[in-house]
Amino acid sequence: MQRRQSSKTPKQPLQGHHKNQTDLSAWCKGGRTDPEKSVENHQTPNSQKNDRQQDSLEQALCYFEKLQDRVSLKKNSVLQQHLATVESIALQRGLPPEGFDVLLNVALSGKFADTVNTCLLKSLVPASVIPESSIISSVSWLCVGKCSGNIQLLFLKWLITVFDFIDHKEQIHALYGFFFSFLQDEKMCPYVCHLLYLLTRKENGESIQWCEMEYYFGMQSHLQALLSLYKLFCPELVTITLPGKMKTYFKNSEGPWKAAINAIRRRSQGNSPLSQPLFLGTAQPQSRKRKWNTQLFIPASSTNRNNLEQDSGKNHVDLYSANKSFPVEQLQTFPQLLENIHHLEFPSQMGSVLTNPLLLHYMNCIKDESVYLRLNYWMGQTLQEECTWCVADNQYEDEFKDFLETVYKTECFLQEGFSSCEEFLYKSLPLWDGFCCRSQILRLVSWIPLGNFSEMKSHLYDPLAQLFFTSSLYFKCSVLESLKELLQNWLNWHVIHLDSASDSQVCSLNTTLSGLVNVVAELIQFVGWISTVALRLENNPTFLLYFILDFYETVCDMYLRYSLPLLIMPPAGVFYPALLSMDSVSLNQLCYIMYRYRTNLVAAKENEQSKKKILQFKFSSQTYQEYNQYIIAMVGCLWTSTAFQKDIHPQGLRMDEELLKKTAMQELKTSFNIVYHPAMMGYAVLFLQQVMGWANIWGKKWNWYLEYLYTQGLKGLKLFIESSINRVSQASRSKAGNTQA
Amino acid sequence: MAAAGSPRSAPRGLTGRAFKPRPAANGAGAGAVMEPRAPSGTGRPSWGLLLARGHGPLGFSSSSQLLPPENADPQRTAFLLRKQWTLYSVTPLYRFSNAHLRNYSRLLSAFIAAERQKGWAVEVGVELDIKVAVSSLPDLKGSDQDHAAVLVEVRSLPSPQKTSQEKRIWSGWFCCVCGDDFFENMPEDFTCLPLFLANGAESYTAIVGSWFQKTFDCCFHRLAISPLNLSWMAAMWTGCKVDKTASAMELIFSVPGLLQPLDISYAIHPEDAKALWDTVQKTPGEITQEEVDIFMDCLYSHFHRHFKIRLSAAKLVKVSTAIASAHCDGIIKFLQSQYLIGVLRLLTELAISQIQ
Repeated sequence: MQRRQSSKTPKQPLQGHHKNQTDLSAWCKGGRTDPEKSVENHQTPNSQKNDRQQDSLEQALCYFEKLQDRVSLKKNSVLQQHLATVESIALQRGLPPEGFDVLLNVALSGKFADTVNTCLLKSLVPASVIPESSIISSVSWLCVGKCSGNIQLLFLKWLITVFDFIDHKEQIHALYGFFFSFLQDEKMCPYVCHLLYLLTRKENGESIQWCEMEYYFGMQSHLQALLSLYKLFCPELVTITLPGKMKTYFKNSEGPWKAAINAIRRRSQGNSPLSQPLFLGTAQPQSRKRKWNTQLFIPASSTNRNNLEQDSGKNHVDLYSANKSFPVEQLQTFPQLLENIHHLEFPSQMGSVLTNPLLLHYMNCIKDESVYLRLNYWMGQTLQEECTWCVADNQYEDEFKDFLETVYKTECFLQEGFSSCEEFLYKSLPLWDGFCCRSQILRLVSWIPLGNFSEMKSHLYDPLAQLFFTSSLYFKCSVLESLKELLQNWLNWHVIHLDSASDSQVCSLNTTLSGLVNVVAELIQFVGWISTVALRLENNPTFLLYFILDFYETVCDMYLRYSLPLLIMPPAGVFYPALLSMDSVSLNQLCYIMYRYRTNLVAAKENEQSKKKILQFKFSSQTYQEYNQYIIAMVGCLWTSTAFQKDIHPQGLRMDEELLKKTAMQELKTSFNIVYHPAMMGYAVLFLQQVMGWANIWGKKWNWYLEYLYTQGLKGLKLFIESSINRVSQASRSKAGNTQA
Repeated sequence: MAAAGSPRSAPRGLTGRAFKPRPAANGAGAGAVMEPRAPSGTGRPSWGLLLARGHGPLGFSSSSQLLPPENADPQRTAFLLRKQWTLYSVTPLYRFSNAHLRNYSRLLSAFIAAERQKGWAVEVGVELDIKVAVSSLPDLKGSDQDHAAVLVEVRSLPSPQKTSQEKRIWSGWFCCVCGDDFFENMPEDFTCLPLFLANGAESYTAIVGSWFQKTFDCCFHRLAISPLNLSWMAAMWTGCKVDKTASAMELIFSVPGLLQPLDISYAIHPEDAKALWDTVQKTPGEITQEEVDIFMDCLYSHFHRHFKIRLSAAKLVKVSTAIASAHCDGIIKFLQSQYLIGVLRLLTELAISQIQ
């Protein structure tokens, strides 16, 4: 968090001008932007002034960039003017990152007299960051030795002061040896020491010996500082003893810059939108985002210093000396993970694992309760504090969306839901508008762990149902989709648990089979209920029906695919709309589902009969009964054209002869068989067009028609007919007939 | 994948954080708390709906329990009184140990120095002008299971030129009073100090808080006090006996939906308030939501009779009594050392409900 703030604040005031600034090179080639135009665009006097300054700075930089020969200051008014511009802007607002390269090149190349170079160097006040490349080219100028010793010194002082403003330091680290060679210069030595002190890492220990030698002769404090640092990193390599305490190692090298940077920073913070007081409801200063710790922020992985510290408390091992654990910052590749898996430690802040797939792998194989506990605490707090619809004045919806997305991806990766996330959903769903972060929230719903029903009902089903009934068709479909995922996740969990249950005796209330069966049954019943209502509300659209039947595709296969002793038939409110649907896709899907129900029920029946011991769970006869009612209705409809007579379901199609006569329709009986069914009529017509000359489909033609339907991709229908219909002509092919069990 | 089966069930069972279903019979309070978007809201909903139990807020039932443990010396905690403390909730600290407090002082002062110098080259050897002390406050606990409170102080050191004294520039403390329910089943790596109180510049709170977050993998969040909880405090503290003639009880309301902020201050003579409360409270030592509602309704109707203003439509933002004063933004001032533990107990429960 701190890092983010510090890099952000100085940038803030510049953002308004960035577009111009980054265009610097383009501007140099293509001429100036029209000043009048930009004045038109920005009406306020302040921004006009800024624009003018911007232009003149660009001009000045361009001038310096194109400069070829030595120019003297006295005779050159253009140079004087540009120099003044750079100086005043630098002190007022700081220089943009692009400026450093140009100005450093000029100042260190020795084109000007030292007065100009000094002036330029003193103006190098960063507004935001300093690009690493400009430092690299400066060092190469130093090596060529074109500039005077004073300028070299000034440059080093500047580099030390602005060290933390450099955007990257990797390449500068690579120049360590160059800097080290500068130590031989007596004047530069103190500053180079300071710089090396900032740059030194553990691996730079090989330079020690020379340093020691120098130190013998001089005992200068700056060398002592550097040596003490080497000693910290590689205690075994430093042979001399250093005096215990020394107050100031390095001379103050702040130069003229620190005050200027400070002033700019102060000014920019004053202008930045973040620090301006919000004037909404002054009675309660609710500018939440200004407060500490209120930004959504996933911490970076860093080694748990706390542990190291505690270890060192015991046996006085130095923090930097070879410790056993592998620092998480260095973990970059999978082979590294495998190599170090036994001495890897989780980062100091568990939240950082969310963005680190390697650590997630590691988490997957570590059975440490505290790991999950730490993560859950952090995540729970973050979700609660950042939830855009629960916390007033929180407009950071995109940030929150991304965070939810990350959490969801992590859950998918670990193949399990977080309890903190579950609680967050329970708390926030009743307040949710069903719109904000919709897809993220619904996806998170699919990872809710198995819970007890009363909890699920009041915290998940009730609020979800409310939103479901009052929202659009698409929302309804998304809810059904995520509930299907939820069911699948539970079932998968159950299957995995079955495998591992044999060796562990963990059987909490949530994980007993009866508990699981009950919770799954409640979910399926809930979906059955909302589906029935939704079909009526929306007038049976195929789109919705597809999502509902998709859900039941999982339900009808639970016994065989997931070894769960539970089968629940869809309610009549779903079955009949699907059966009488206008669309062959729905009908085909229904046929497939009924075929799978049959397969599962038959398997369950066989299992019951073959096993002598009493099974803990038996399908109730009601399930078989319901199935049989549906199958009679279906066969009656599609095949035997007897739906109106034989359907025995209380909500079914059965109708009195008298009533049917009153409709005065012809060929009423056959109106829902596979030829005349509104979903199939199209196929029948196409079939008849292909085999010209036939007026109707009977006898042999019926079989040909069936073959034709199968070639049209109606696989579900094929499976259904082949399994569930006892065909007199093909008795051998369909074995058991229907399941009048 | 085989290993994935077991951790899956771990977090739930272990945290004991199974979400408690809300009691059905708390319609009275629900409306006030569950409207996060209302302009009068504190900005965050009170999740737990903690006060709607039979026995006062979270079992905080007896006024006799407001008394501190006998062995506590009021002198040692006197410096906590009459200061404004900003409240935070803190999730359990991971691998925190009382044995390393001295180490923590050292690390924390280095961290503060580094943070203050951020953006500048390291100045080696420059003496710090501040001193950080992390120490234990063993008096501040409600039961033996509670972890001893931890005090963090930042003091400015006198510069050698001047003969000024050491000055406390920031202080903050973690505490837990009767949080037993919460840390049942907590693994031993975790230390429960759910309430954090800070006094001093927020920049220091930020630095110290960040250090604790980084070092002990915990989360700090501001702890706001909902109007419902404030009314509980008003009722509870009215019933407490104070030796000296106490200052008036004052309730401050803010009127929502106005362009200009409008606060209404309602001061009641403490004896009148006590007399009213005594008629409302049925069983001494026990407070119910119903009683609190009646008490507040009486005050409201009294106000309405005189000023024709319905305070029930305004938002209660501050309660001050002789015991303590509390602001809805999560700011508290303790005034009586004998009731310090009692107030902390209530605040601990609020903090726990926020992190649970």
